[in-house]
Amino acid sequence: MFETPDFSHLRDKEFSEVYEPAEDSFLFLNSLEDEFDYLAKIKPTIVLEIGCGSGIISTFVKRLFPFSFCICTDINSSASKAAVISAARNLVDLNAASPLEDRLSGKVDLLLFNPPYVVTPDEEVGGRNISAAWAGGEKGRRIIDKVLPHVPNMLSPLGVFYMVVIKENNIDEIEEKMRIFNMKMTCVRSTRTGPEFLSVLKFTFDRS
Amino acid sequence: MKLLTHNMLTSNIIKGVTKGYPLKIECQQIEIVETEFNKEFLEKMIPKIDYGVLCRAADQIGHLGDLPKVLPETSDYNEEFMKELHRVLLKVEIKEGNLVCPETGRKFPVSNGIPNMLLNEEEV
Repeated sequence: MFETPDFSHLRDKEFSEVYEPAEDSFLFLNSLEDEFDYLAKIKPTIVLEIGCGSGIISTFVKRLFPFSFCICTDINSSASKAAVISAARNLVDLNAASPLEDRLSGKVDLLLFNPPYVVTPDEEVGGRNISAAWAGGEKGRRIIDKVLPHVPNMLSPLGVFYMVVIKENNIDEIEEKMRIFNMKMTCVRSTRTGPEFLSVLKFTFDRS
Repeated sequence: MKLLTHNMLTSNIIKGVTKGYPLKIECQQIEIVETEFNKEFLEKMIPKIDYGVLCRAADQIGHLGDLPKVLPETSDYNEEFMKELHRVLLKVEIKEGNLVCPETGRKFPVSNGIPNMLLNEEEV
């Protein structure tokens, strides 16, 4: 239905420090396409992507919803440069979403996060180069667990949060953590690719 | 960086900074970029922005133009106002410069249109 953005420029040497779109990115794109009707009803005004990497996800979202304000963040500044080129424009380099959190509190209609979910030794977590794109520490959850408590504060009442995970991240535990914030979880799509069993999770406030 | 992005940024990530808002703008290069006008989007955005901060920021960098310094009543959102709001929020792009923390004076560089809000470990 929607064309996948062109990211051939990432092969340039300048972007060797940028995470190239891979199976997880494409699963994320397909999931957002699945969710198009749902999202079209919300009509997202403010979209925030945490850790945008090349910017492929935000570029795609901007195509789905041309009249939304898409803010992207990344800890790796060369990733940000790639994302500018791919037209996802409103970029901020930062450690987490924190310098945006006060002002965006309760305003984000669509929050997107393809986190560093790979299980690694904890020492590998939190660099500012390409390893920051995947190194997730114990259970692959070190960064995920830092972001999750901020999600309910950032979202607007009808807002929705999508996140990519692998089985090792322990989906049941994540669901449990978010239930404390009155958020319910569903799984939009899953796929097996090599050793990874990937899923895209969706969280909304439980209005029942 | 658009002034809409500036409107959403604080420096209270720095240790000891309580509000960190609004960030002062030191501007070296501005570009006017074409973006498509959409009234519905602007109407939805108005309640989400700090209008006073937007006007002061635009004024500071010399691009306030005809945007009224006080937000008009909803019934007075005429086309001229919407066009000016669109220009100030979405068309004025700060390419090079700094954002400055109002409490500590810490500068965050804006380079190639991207504000770098990354802090060193000892600042957090």
